Amino acid sequence: MEFLTLQEAVGKYVPDGACAALEGFTHLIPFAAGHEIIRQGRRDLHLVRMTPDLVYDQMIGMGCASRLTFSWGGNPGVGSLHRLRDAVERSFPGPLEIDEHTHAGMAAAYCAGAARLPFGMLRGYIGTDLPAANPRIRSVECPYTAERLTAVPAVNPDVTILHAQRADTHGNVALEGIIGAQREAALAARSLVVTVEEIVEAFPPAMNSVVLPHWVVSAVVLCPGGAYPAYAQGYYERDNDFYLRWDSISRDRATFRAWMDRHVLGSRCHSEFLASLQDAA
Amino acid sequence: MSDWTRDEMMTVAAARMLWDGCVCFVGIGLPSAACNLARLTHAPGIVLIYESGTIGTRPEVLPLSIGDGELARTASCVVPLPEIFSYYLQGGRVDVGFLGAAQIDRFGNLNSTVIGAYDAPTTRLPGAGGAPEIAAHARQTFVVLKASPRSFVPRLDFRTSAGYLDGQGARRRTTARGGGPTAVITDFGILTPASDSEELELSALFPGATAEEARSAVGWPLRVAARIETLPPPGATEITTLRALHARTQEAHSRAVHVPA
Repeated sequence: MEFLTLQEAVGKYVPDGACAALEGFTHLIPFAAGHEIIRQGRRDLHLVRMTPDLVYDQMIGMGCASRLTFSWGGNPGVGSLHRLRDAVERSFPGPLEIDEHTHAGMAAAYCAGAARLPFGMLRGYIGTDLPAANPRIRSVECPYTAERLTAVPAVNPDVTILHAQRADTHGNVALEGIIGAQREAALAARSLVVTVEEIVEAFPPAMNSVVLPHWVVSAVVLCPGGAYPAYAQGYYERDNDFYLRWDSISRDRATFRAWMDRHVLGSRCHSEFLASLQDAA
Repeated sequence: MSDWTRDEMMTVAAARMLWDGCVCFVGIGLPSAACNLARLTHAPGIVLIYESGTIGTRPEVLPLSIGDGELARTASCVVPLPEIFSYYLQGGRVDVGFLGAAQIDRFGNLNSTVIGAYDAPTTRLPGAGGAPEIAAHARQTFVVLKASPRSFVPRLDFRTSAGYLDGQGARRRTTARGGGPTAVITDFGILTPASDSEELELSALFPGATAEEARSAVGWPLRVAARIETLPPPGATEITTLRALHARTQEAHSRAVHVPA
């Protein structure tokens, strides 16, 4: 475990062509890390996330990705992810290969990845066209009952990036609230980078908040506000109004690009990004 | 001229189908409004599960996303996502799953993946999310979808979630443990599966709606049940509770967020 700046962590752990999972189910989405990947001009990434959300819409729209593993690609409660759609429907800014699953399938794939098993198993995808569209979704026979069960290949990202509320000075990481499949994504990965709201001497008492021990963590990055416009429970709320506005910002290629140029590429770091939004308000 | 909208009637009709103590897997949008309306009126003990892992949540305002902080803050417990899908849903502990879609066919199969061919879609939709396993494992599902010949189609462009497949008991021959869609709540009334063929048929109409209107809104020759019920209009408590919920929600979602930096 090492403490790094966000620039250093992305530079070291996210090379071109890497398989990267920036996880966080609506809550604790590592937006700051996604923006830094865009600033450093990464290309040809295989992105993995259950819900691509705005963070992958931005990364895909800026040309960082050539492949996407996912299970629900919308703007939650709002509608489409327009940059993802543009990539799938019109190969803009480049072709995007998709590896599509269900939430239950992705969860099983992360669990298998964390356990270093070759595949996850579930009673899933029943009566759906997904296995016909995605040959990686297969079946396996139960050795006890002969029932056919669905198999999905394990997900083992080169790097998983999370955002968490806190790390301590040893690099142990604690996150609480809605925790999605972050623990599984973290332990499935070869490297684990975590951005945090704050670094504390010792965690506040909480028996069951998820703790990732320092020896499974590759790097901790202090990055307050790093989940904005998603949220960090106990620190700041989800900016639902921004999610609503993203629909019009992202619908048009030029408007999207102008927004990214001004706010993401025009900022050297996440605090400058947040300040640029204040200026625009 | 009635003093309620068809949207409101859909929400009220869906809410009335839920019972006190029912364990309900909730989706965003109208299902979330219906479930919370039920909780705030006749079903205070309803258990609302959102796929983000929040169990027994009692939100003051409707969430915009499936994982808003409001859901976690008001939940009786928050569990990891693999646990929700594996132990609760696949484990058979969910009574009712609510689903929406872009397209539905006469057997209640749903498409939320693509319009057009999968490899070259004219419209790429968000995709499956939790729906296929909700459709498979909830004891029963309710589908909520506004009707038009574009949404109620003879043939799906893609089958994302299984209803009764090709009908005539086809679903029961799969390993799906749940019972399938028992009601489709749409903007003229309710369709329910016929007991033998499992084909959806018109069984209830909203006040002011007609079977003729229903037939023209559906893209296949719609069958009509032997007896069509006319549903009572929204009551005063239902409508004031629902409107207050939407007003609180709108105010909360437009509130400025303070971000520490």
